[in-house]
Amino acid sequence: MSFQQHKLGAAAVGGMLGLSMTITLMFPSFDFRSAESTWVGLDKSISNGRVIGFSYEDPTVVGANKPITVILDKDPKTGEKIDPPMRAYVYEPGVPFAAAIRHPANTGPTVSQLSLNVGKMAEASEAQGAVFGIGRGEVNGKDWDYIQNLTALKGWTPTDTLRAASEENTRYVGKGKTVYITEGCWWCHTLLPEQTQDWQVFGAPPMLGDFNGEMPTAFGSDRKAPDILHVASRNSSREWMNMHFFNPRLVQPNSIMPRFDYLWGETDVHGNKIDFDKWRAEYKEYRDGVRVYPPEIPEYAGNSEARALVDWILTSLK
Amino acid sequence: MLIKYLFAKNEDIPAGSSSVFFGFSAIFWFVVGTGLGSFNAAKLAFPDWVTGTEMFAFGHMRQVHVLAVILGWISMAFAMTMMYMTPALGNTKLWSEKLGLWNAFLWNVGLSLGLFLLWMGITSGREYSDIIWPIDIVVMLGVLLPLGINVWMTIAHRRTQGIYITNWFFGACTFFILVVFAVGQSPELFNLTGLTEAYMTFWFAHNVLGLWITPVAAAIAYYTIPKLTGNPLYSHRIGHLHFWSIVAFYSTPASHHLMSAPLPEWLKSFASVEGVLILIPAVAFVANILLTMKGKWSLFVENIETKFSVTGVLLAIPLNMQGGFQQTRAINWYIHGTGWIVAHAHLALLGMSTFLEIAAVYFGLQQILRRKLYSLALANFHYWFVLIGFCIYWISMTIAGLIQGAGKIYEVPYIDVVVAEHPYMIARWVGGTMVFTGNLVWLYNMYMTAREGTVVPAGRYAHEMAYER
Repeated sequence: MSFQQHKLGAAAVGGMLGLSMTITLMFPSFDFRSAESTWVGLDKSISNGRVIGFSYEDPTVVGANKPITVILDKDPKTGEKIDPPMRAYVYEPGVPFAAAIRHPANTGPTVSQLSLNVGKMAEASEAQGAVFGIGRGEVNGKDWDYIQNLTALKGWTPTDTLRAASEENTRYVGKGKTVYITEGCWWCHTLLPEQTQDWQVFGAPPMLGDFNGEMPTAFGSDRKAPDILHVASRNSSREWMNMHFFNPRLVQPNSIMPRFDYLWGETDVHGNKIDFDKWRAEYKEYRDGVRVYPPEIPEYAGNSEARALVDWILTSLK
Repeated sequence: MLIKYLFAKNEDIPAGSSSVFFGFSAIFWFVVGTGLGSFNAAKLAFPDWVTGTEMFAFGHMRQVHVLAVILGWISMAFAMTMMYMTPALGNTKLWSEKLGLWNAFLWNVGLSLGLFLLWMGITSGREYSDIIWPIDIVVMLGVLLPLGINVWMTIAHRRTQGIYITNWFFGACTFFILVVFAVGQSPELFNLTGLTEAYMTFWFAHNVLGLWITPVAAAIAYYTIPKLTGNPLYSHRIGHLHFWSIVAFYSTPASHHLMSAPLPEWLKSFASVEGVLILIPAVAFVANILLTMKGKWSLFVENIETKFSVTGVLLAIPLNMQGGFQQTRAINWYIHGTGWIVAHAHLALLGMSTFLEIAAVYFGLQQILRRKLYSLALANFHYWFVLIGFCIYWISMTIAGLIQGAGKIYEVPYIDVVVAEHPYMIARWVGGTMVFTGNLVWLYNMYMTAREGTVVPAGRYAHEMAYER
């Protein structure tokens, strides 16, 4: 037993795996670190919050403690008109900041410097809450999008900002993306138009900086349904989305998408109990040709998962 | 039954107990996993079948099927074979039966908990790494580390001069999976985001196949085929070519899973070239095993374990030919994200590695229990149902994938692709249901073997004895 081949073997195996990890993990990390975030990347990161999915702020994955995206057409403080309307991301007190805000390096070397120096991003406090926006600035003759701390720059508070936006312009984007993840939409839909012919139907493929600070990216790997990265550019009808989620066969008879009527919850917007059995019975009559029109779908409540999901689609998937 | 040994002294636990625990757990999870697969496939074919309930929504069940099969069936069957092959090849006893039993126990508990939470929608939203990070830590420290320790210590305490190729694989792969798992879960643990997260997800998904599932399945065949045929392995040196080229070439092409994502181009090109080089270990393995069969091909017909094992090796041929070339840019743009990939994934997991493992579980359980297999007829039923079911699945999904690829490049409206795929979705469900049925029969057959199989006399192998049923 003088020659212990397992000792030599262990060293060789460890060395080879180490070399492989150097090439496949360490080298790409230099590329990823130097990627500058685009507007899309900043928008996704700040509207999604710190993490989507299981986390200490949202352990049951229902979309708790997420920022709210609002579309403002007037200044929350002065009441002046804003034209064209702008997006603001409201972090109420205690809501954890997005990775792009907590760890500025995530947004790339130039963008993070702009966000810190011009956007005053570091002055925001999670305990007091803050409102963020995306600004545009010039460095070395080139335009860059960066994160603005609107609480520090303009004195907008979370409460005022939420009040200034109408119900229809308040978008539960972070919660909606959470529903996308928990309901497993991404097992069939992808968020990645491919760089081949595919993009002529599904829109432009994403750019290098479109993902900075996003977690999880949830590209999807198995496309059993259309790519939806730009679906809101093709179809922005909230009514169509509602019907399609309640029962996809209402608007597309050959669809194999599951029904997501359970995302409506127990009660509708008026607080009345939703009678799913009655709806199903009437839908069956419609399918059998007894009824001419399908039954009306209930209006979802403002805090339902269905609303958040449609908010996310119409806001983020442009 | 075996639970009582959890608190026994290590010396009092019969040799092979942990292997039996792992073996029956693996078969149980295989039944669960394929049952869920069949259910999910039915939903793709008939979307209004069970509908409108969150618990039975496709999006809540798909990942449970995938992880029940990978972590339950495939990986537990690996652990089962390690628990009896490693000591046998070192001419010694398992380092600790007690650790093995606790390992199997914690594995079942952790997996049940993780899958239950996933089913409820409590997920990290990362494919193949869906299980949330607190349970990931349990898996690392309570499942993978004890398994590794048991294997490494058994190899270190062996009573042979050299190390047989199977043990090279076992020792290295238990280490790889620990590293790969830790690195793969790091985005959740350290809040790594963006393309880093996307790339790490598929770095994990690639390496869990490349450094765990495929090599361990191959290592199992290096044990079962010589054991069943009585022929020595054709070449131990080719076995080492297989081993070292797996470490060098299979650990690098992770980014070929993301060929259409905006990753660095040098990384994609590098991955693609390394991906073709995977053919080196693949050809070495298949050639080595098939040459070992020399003069004993009659056993492919006569002996059920050999039948399973050789079928798995034969399925490795199309698997590797697909795998080596489909990830090159020339082919990947056409089939990326289509049912072709689903078919390929099932060829790897339900084809090659499952067949090799089934053989090893049949062989090992009979050896350890010292019981002859209860019924050959049921075993043949199992073989043909799994094989035909798998072939229906594989062929129908390959065709569906080609339709999808054509639809993609000719810009056909997507709904027309869905309509065109419908017959293949039904075929997929039929195939999956056949596999599930076969496995139910297997579970019954193995249970009856443990209870009523003919006792194998000392010094004999179960496969040397005649069947009574």
